[in-house]
Amino acid sequence: MATQALRADYHGDRKDAEDQFHGAILVYINWDKHLFFYSAKAFPLDPNMPFAAVLEHVIGTHFCQHPEYKNINWDTVEWTLNNEPFTPAMEKSLAENGFDHKCLLRFKTAEASNFEAAGI
Amino acid sequence: MSAKKLNLKDKYRLLTRDLDWDFSYEDRKDAFPFEEFEGIKITDWDKWEDPFRLTMDSYWKYQAEKEKKLYAIYDAFSQNNGHLNVSDARYVNAIKIFLTAVSPGELAAHSGFAFTGRQMGGIGARIASQMQSIDELRHIQTQIHAMSHYNKFFDGFDEFSHMHDRVWYISVVKSFFDDARSAGPFEFMVSVGFSFEYVLTNLLFVPFMSGAAYNGDMATVTFGFSAQSDEARHMTLGLEIIKFLLEQHEDNVPIVQKWIDKWLWRGYRILTVVAMMMDYMLPQKVMSWKEAWELYFEQAGGALFKDLERYGIKMPDYTDLIKAEKDHLSHQAWWTFYTNSQATAFHTWIPSDEELDWLSEKYPETFDKYYRPRWELAKEMADKGERYYNEGLPQLCQTCQIPMIYTDVQNDPRDIVYRSTKYQGERFHFCSDQCQHIFEDEPEKYVHAWLPVHQIFQGNCGGPGGLEKVMDYYKLDVGNANMDYVGSPDEERWKNWKGVA
Repeated sequence: MATQALRADYHGDRKDAEDQFHGAILVYINWDKHLFFYSAKAFPLDPNMPFAAVLEHVIGTHFCQHPEYKNINWDTVEWTLNNEPFTPAMEKSLAENGFDHKCLLRFKTAEASNFEAAGI
Repeated sequence: MSAKKLNLKDKYRLLTRDLDWDFSYEDRKDAFPFEEFEGIKITDWDKWEDPFRLTMDSYWKYQAEKEKKLYAIYDAFSQNNGHLNVSDARYVNAIKIFLTAVSPGELAAHSGFAFTGRQMGGIGARIASQMQSIDELRHIQTQIHAMSHYNKFFDGFDEFSHMHDRVWYISVVKSFFDDARSAGPFEFMVSVGFSFEYVLTNLLFVPFMSGAAYNGDMATVTFGFSAQSDEARHMTLGLEIIKFLLEQHEDNVPIVQKWIDKWLWRGYRILTVVAMMMDYMLPQKVMSWKEAWELYFEQAGGALFKDLERYGIKMPDYTDLIKAEKDHLSHQAWWTFYTNSQATAFHTWIPSDEELDWLSEKYPETFDKYYRPRWELAKEMADKGERYYNEGLPQLCQTCQIPMIYTDVQNDPRDIVYRSTKYQGERFHFCSDQCQHIFEDEPEKYVHAWLPVHQIFQGNCGGPGGLEKVMDYYKLDVGNANMDYVGSPDEERWKNWKGVA
């Protein structure tokens, strides 16, 4: 649908286009059913970064506050990227793994949790 | 033969219509260049019914009288250290939010009504809008004066104006008014005049003003009383614009419906903060958010939409979703601010045991299952000396700019709602179908939103250089205005004044 404007050629300047982030892409990451984290977290990441580095240095430092983070078995985690099932290639870069600007990465863990009913 | 005696309504009509004139050497369309682009059709401005009948000299007289009384009370409040009479210093954090988020919105409304007051072709509408514009300016002024006394004794008030344009949770209100003010005059009137000042007004006004009354905040209460007659006029103007537009031409009906759907949603989303204020920030509670919504929307709003049915207007289709959200909204919001309080210009805290029990009672279906456990965990962490502050920055909704905290309450309330769309190759994210729909309807309005989190990452908020630079950019008084109430300078001062340990 078209924006209702006085001029037919009215347009906004893209404040969050990929070229605005000095080489980084925006990646949103969250842990499903863990509302201990009130929303997904946003990160500007180097698309050449290997996925393994994201796991260790981004997810590892930002989700470890949860008391059950240390119980996660990363071999059984289910990932989705932009709402599609995703199997990360650990040593490949984000770009090679299909990460694009403003993508959404979610992970779901299967371990028993004391907070499962509440979704914390 | 004696002339027919005019009633008040007709006298006023003649008075105001006389202020208009026929354009004899310029095209009227050049004088009112914004009247047509929204697609609204006005066939006869003469059908406009003045919602209130104030002449300018009456207006000045009544408003001046109110001001004299109001400022006398502010003076007395100040001279008698009225801040010491609030129920608890925690309460003051509610009005920190008011000053930083709501008051600048009044200034934006003032600006918007000034614009509308110039751009509408009908003289009656112009006069009513001009008065509302001055009212809104009065509101920001009187609110600032009401809170200025608190500024002397509590942290977090001092940079309200600077923060409104920059801080992540305050941009939410700014974006609402930016959206409204960059719309045409008719949409502005439906957004602010009708959706906010008529349909939703009680859900902003009553919580804050009753909250003030119940918690000993005489300054804010007095502002509320002083603004009531202004608000009554605003409601009648909002109602008149809706009826007028709907009666003018049947082509207006779908446009007005679209605006009602959009603006009730946007207004509801900003009420998230009011919900949490009612349930978590008032030491003396007025009523729960759930009760307020049931009273002021489900009942009152239900009656209104029944009335509007005769024009072909329907209740927005998301009201069931809002009904389902009411059991969750305040809890999710307070958790967000509690865990992000390193970056708020007000304090947060864990509810007391009595408050937790009150919440259990008011929210029997959801509180003990989903939310009490969070507070138990938070308490455990705080007791260990690890008071929980969430690391990192949130994903924001492109339209409402709120962190995407909303969950799928109608199916599984433990699942965050993720919506997204691609527009001209770029992906945008939303908290809800409704925000996505607003974007998709007019994407060029929202693609250039100034989203605080993204701006921080671009280095535009004092950076690059970490969150300390962002706090400087915000002029957020780190260590004083932010973080937990427990251990804050506000708490220490309060205890000293009250002579408690």
